[in-house]
Amino acid sequence: MKLTGAHIVWESLAREGVGVVFGISGGAVIHLYHALPEYPIRHVLMRHEQAAAHAADGYARATGKVGVCLATSGPGATNLVTGLATAYMDSSPVVAITGQVPTSLIGKDAFQEVDITGITLPITKHNYLVTEVESLPMVIKEAFHIARTGRPGPVLIDIAKDVQADSLEYEYPEEVNLPGYRPTLIGNQRQIKQAAQLINEAQRPLIIAGHGVMLAGAEAELGELVGKAQLPVVNTLLGLSTIPETHPLCLGMGGMHGEAYANKALQEADLILNVGGRFDDRLTGPVSTFVPEAKIIHIDIDPVEIAKNVPVDLPIVGDAKNVLQALIPLIEPTSHPDWISKISKWRAESARRDILEQETDDLVPQYVVRHIWHATRGNAIMVSDVGQNQMWEAQYFLHQKPRGLLSSGGLGTMGFALPAAIGAQMGKPEETVWVTAGDGGFQMNIQELATVVQEKLPLKMAILNNGFLGMVRQWQQFFFEGRYSGTPLLGPDFARVAEAYGIPGFTVREKSRVVPAIEQAMATDGPVLIDFIIEQEENVYPMVAPGGSIGDMLRRPQPEGVSGQKGGDSR
Amino acid sequence: MRHTLVALMEDKPGVLNRISSLFRRRNFNIESLTVGHSETPGISRMTIVSEGDSTIIEQVEKQLYKLVNVTRVTNVTDEPAVIRELALIKVTASSAARSEITGLVDIFRAKVVDVAPDSLTVEITGTEDKVDSLLGLLRPFGIRELVRTGRVAMVRGNNGQKKLEIRD
Repeated sequence: MKLTGAHIVWESLAREGVGVVFGISGGAVIHLYHALPEYPIRHVLMRHEQAAAHAADGYARATGKVGVCLATSGPGATNLVTGLATAYMDSSPVVAITGQVPTSLIGKDAFQEVDITGITLPITKHNYLVTEVESLPMVIKEAFHIARTGRPGPVLIDIAKDVQADSLEYEYPEEVNLPGYRPTLIGNQRQIKQAAQLINEAQRPLIIAGHGVMLAGAEAELGELVGKAQLPVVNTLLGLSTIPETHPLCLGMGGMHGEAYANKALQEADLILNVGGRFDDRLTGPVSTFVPEAKIIHIDIDPVEIAKNVPVDLPIVGDAKNVLQALIPLIEPTSHPDWISKISKWRAESARRDILEQETDDLVPQYVVRHIWHATRGNAIMVSDVGQNQMWEAQYFLHQKPRGLLSSGGLGTMGFALPAAIGAQMGKPEETVWVTAGDGGFQMNIQELATVVQEKLPLKMAILNNGFLGMVRQWQQFFFEGRYSGTPLLGPDFARVAEAYGIPGFTVREKSRVVPAIEQAMATDGPVLIDFIIEQEENVYPMVAPGGSIGDMLRRPQPEGVSGQKGGDSR
Repeated sequence: MRHTLVALMEDKPGVLNRISSLFRRRNFNIESLTVGHSETPGISRMTIVSEGDSTIIEQVEKQLYKLVNVTRVTNVTDEPAVIRELALIKVTASSAARSEITGLVDIFRAKVVDVAPDSLTVEITGTEDKVDSLLGLLRPFGIRELVRTGRVAMVRGNNGQKKLEIRD
């Protein structure tokens, strides 16, 4: 059949299984929007293209399917950049489609022309500029293939306006031919055998479970391995939820704001099995001081990650699910009672210092997050923003279900949570989706409240409002003489802003009101926003000072200890 | 240490940009980079000389291979390989100096490819060392213009192509 370029795009997207796209219209995509109503694809009109990219990313993270966003040329395209960089850093499968000025005007500095393929070169897995309708079907086929296979990532397709109008006898290719793109999925059997031997011989083994476990859908295999050899697990931020945090061998997050006992376990382990983590600097601290006693096995689908940040003793390139499936039969059932009881002692010591064990009437954010966990019984998709709120969420919500936490880990993009949650809720309409954000990050994409109402999404939104860009304020308090420069933050009355959009909004100032407000939110059918006015100078503990070893953490001062400090937890 | 990498890539718009962008983005050092057609239509061949320790060069190789348009990468530094560079040197040559210069050119088996009243243009092919040596000898006469292509490399014998596969 003969189709225009615009029809080819939608027809091909439909064949790739795309049911929803997040976008904003414009002159260079007007042909695409003209053809859209003829296809069974739901378009979510966002209020900013950055949010469209985050929504596609959130959709992808929640569902494992490719998320699609759409923007016009020029400023529409450049507004995608932060969202694409976020997706790229966190290996999220996104296809971004942008309109480009007509082929005859490319290079002439035409109205709303920008070199978006040039701009996005280092923040996409691959990108395309389409200047002939003949190449369009194959480009779309390749883009989806590249985005979702191997180590997933964003792919951008920039389509000149005249290409969208040109016609072609349409045939969608069955296969791609990419000689330079052959991801290694199956691990080397000899290396897997060596890994099994190292694991079987280890006295103090420890797994680092990263985002790769989730991307490979290897949660069941991870659980089986952990159970078979009684291997404790430390998660990276994006690895949280790959093993239930209620599992006795799950130590939660490690690294800069990780659990003290998780970091101690890392530093004393004699074997590290890193499954799908990339040894990010927020986990390792200075590499020279990281896991000093351990041999390191690193399983990653991307060969580039092997020895990029940390030298490894045994690399295995492959898909985490395949590699773990091959590894498990070679592992001898065992337990490490001394090692595990040592970790348990560290854990008990941390528990005694937990702020939630302290008698206080202060409205602390940890209390809010923990009660969202109680109210949802852990059965929710949490979408956190960036900063202190992100760390409190990671520490105090016990993630129990796969893909239960979506957060901008690599790029650390404030403003991610609300639009990403819109994408997640579109992809998982039956799930409870909670946003936790600070008052700073929430204001960075607050306009998307309109999209929440427009799409009738029952998002539950918790703002942990301390009137500061809190993480930077914390650094200023600790390391920059307490000079709060550029961090005190004026915010609106968020509840009234929500009401103005037609969303029920509450303000909670007292600890006693936290639980009723959360329960009321859960009992409400539609969206709800709760503005929790928390202790302004509450800090995230424990903390590794910049440049310090992860074994050397700043702990929360105890109540009878240093004066002038609130609270008393040191998780 | 200096490493010589040979990469094969699809001959598509923007591929050179992807490679130079990668080197800049990853903070890798390029000493020279040459690109041209290979024996396969649609496939370009690039020779890259980069300075770095083996860990860095391994990253360079893997990052290059990660580019979708790059089909093969190999490090030929430790392979028996033919390595060549071409240079054109325009040197000041008064009639008095001309015979001395042509003498040097002969010793290096280089060629004079252009003669002007007060200059000679010399073409030399060889390793960088050889080019450097001739340049050093010509410099006292006055180098007016110089262009060097950068290194190209090919593994000797018939084991080259097979070794280019970094996977399998």
